[in-house]
Amino acid sequence: MSIQVETSNKSQEKVNKWKSFLESEFFHNYKKSPTAIIGSIIVIVVLLIAILGPFFTVQNPYDMSNIDLNNAYKPPAWDEGGEAKFFLGTDQQGRDIFSAIVYGSRVSLIIGIAGTFLASAIGIVLGLIAGYFGGKIDAIIMRIADIQLSFPTMLIAIFLMSFIGRGITNILIALSLVGWVRYARTVRGETLSVKKKEFIEATKVIGLPNFKIIFKHVLPNVFTSIIVLSTIQVGSFILTEATLSFLGLGVPVTRPSLGMLCNNGFNVLYSGLWWVSIFPGLYIMIIVFGINLLGDFLRDELNPKLK
Amino acid sequence: MEKILEVKNLEQRFDLNKGILDKIKFKNGKFIKEERIVNAVNNISFSIDKGKVFSLVGESGCGKSTTARTIIKLIDPKGGNIRFDGKDITNLTGNEMLKYRKKMQMIFQDPYASLNPRQRVLDILTEPMLFHQVVSSKSEAMEKAFEILKKVGIRSEQATRYPHQFSGGQRQRIGIARALAVEPEFIIADEPVSALDVSIQAQILNLMMDLKEEYNFSYLFIAHDLSVVKHISDDLGVMYLGKIVEKGSKKHIFNNPLHPYTKALFSAVPKLSGTNLKNSKNVQGEIPSAINLPSGCYFHERCPYAKPICSKEMPIEKEVEKGHCVLCHQY
Repeated sequence: MSIQVETSNKSQEKVNKWKSFLESEFFHNYKKSPTAIIGSIIVIVVLLIAILGPFFTVQNPYDMSNIDLNNAYKPPAWDEGGEAKFFLGTDQQGRDIFSAIVYGSRVSLIIGIAGTFLASAIGIVLGLIAGYFGGKIDAIIMRIADIQLSFPTMLIAIFLMSFIGRGITNILIALSLVGWVRYARTVRGETLSVKKKEFIEATKVIGLPNFKIIFKHVLPNVFTSIIVLSTIQVGSFILTEATLSFLGLGVPVTRPSLGMLCNNGFNVLYSGLWWVSIFPGLYIMIIVFGINLLGDFLRDELNPKLK
Repeated sequence: MEKILEVKNLEQRFDLNKGILDKIKFKNGKFIKEERIVNAVNNISFSIDKGKVFSLVGESGCGKSTTARTIIKLIDPKGGNIRFDGKDITNLTGNEMLKYRKKMQMIFQDPYASLNPRQRVLDILTEPMLFHQVVSSKSEAMEKAFEILKKVGIRSEQATRYPHQFSGGQRQRIGIARALAVEPEFIIADEPVSALDVSIQAQILNLMMDLKEEYNFSYLFIAHDLSVVKHISDDLGVMYLGKIVEKGSKKHIFNNPLHPYTKALFSAVPKLSGTNLKNSKNVQGEIPSAINLPSGCYFHERCPYAKPICSKEMPIEKEVEKGHCVLCHQY
């Protein structure tokens, strides 16, 4: 067989895959579910704003030379004394709230997504090992998970952050140490049911080494629940990060996330500058709302037990 | 005749209460240590000649599948030994066993669970080939996979599909193709047709027999359907509660069944005349639990011919005619 035939086969296969996706039950249900469509639109818009935002904001809020103290305390455009340039108003230092939100959402999303990746990586590996090998190693991993679950997530995160200090890397460490447990438990449960299937026995009859069985045969079959869990986890990590930053334990002051923006405004909230805090807060709400709508749809669609 | 497989005094047990804490029970005001062990396979011996088909029959729960899984070392045996092609493989582990993994393969019962739903058919076949290096390159593996698929009756354009796109019978063909991929000398077929439609069963059985003629391998065939067994086997063993109660050639057992359990099995096969079930001496009750095995002969509680000795002593295997052994006090 020549190589040319194979490549044409592959592109053909891609077209076929796309076609079968458009005809699939999944896509059919997606088209019919308003929550899923709204959720995915919100998520896409939020991502686009985060990626393309810097091209249309009036200033870079991190760059001190852009900021003019004369612009401080400007209300939103529709309020008396507001300027169209600063659509959502400015804060105490003359920073444009809209620009700050765009830049802040970048920090929040990066932390949410990267934290989910790290937490899932740790959780998936530990869950697979615990579920596949069972016995003592399973008992040890799961007891650690149980102990951790008996403390409120936020308490552990606050404790860790006050211990290791502020910073994006540190917050990622804290989030992955907090978040791996849910992954480990879910993946372990799925692994237990997958490893009893005959196709896993077949790989043992062939003699494949354990790590190959785990990553090539077990992992792909537990992946749907990982996807579902991850969608919701991104939202919950954004919230956790916002809370930590609001408490002054999260990101450094120089790179404010949405939570930190809320905190900035909190100090002047009662003196009438409501917009400084409320708009970043609303934006957090919209992001998490969109992610959760999408996550709910995915959970209902991809989890056969709920069908 | 050269033996491909010899099994001697094989035993397999499962401890239901694995942890020490599970074993301690509180009964009648005191703590007692209670062990619950399932005696799945109790001291069985048989051998399979090269190029022959040996069938194990028996009702469900009698340890047929456990025997199969123990022989292929999916579960380590608790006693006895297994010799494959003259070499003892009982205690081989990991890498030592790999050499034999290539020579023995298995066809599974449930074609819906035995294929990885996330793997394309082509990958299902090439993975074992590449792992055992029966082929030197990926393209050679693909060529060989197409060739095997053609033999089992799957068209080559179907090779890039996923298992869920096939019917039960086609999936079983793919399962057979996977077993063939590493060119084995011995195949264990664990009820390969019992999950299939009757109309498909014959096709799959004939395919298995044709492939046997072509590649000249031996089968250990696990089944509970006597008509299937009659069609396919050379020799057979009848299992009851983890013991082989009667073994011999197909002719011996089908024409002259000796053990009361074997007779009961045959009389339970529905016949067109419809009188068979009524007139036969019925076996009473249910198969006893493998946790508390009966004393003496395991069958005595249900046996219509039971004598006092049957509840006291386990009978010894007797060769009634050449190659026809039975485990019963009557003989």
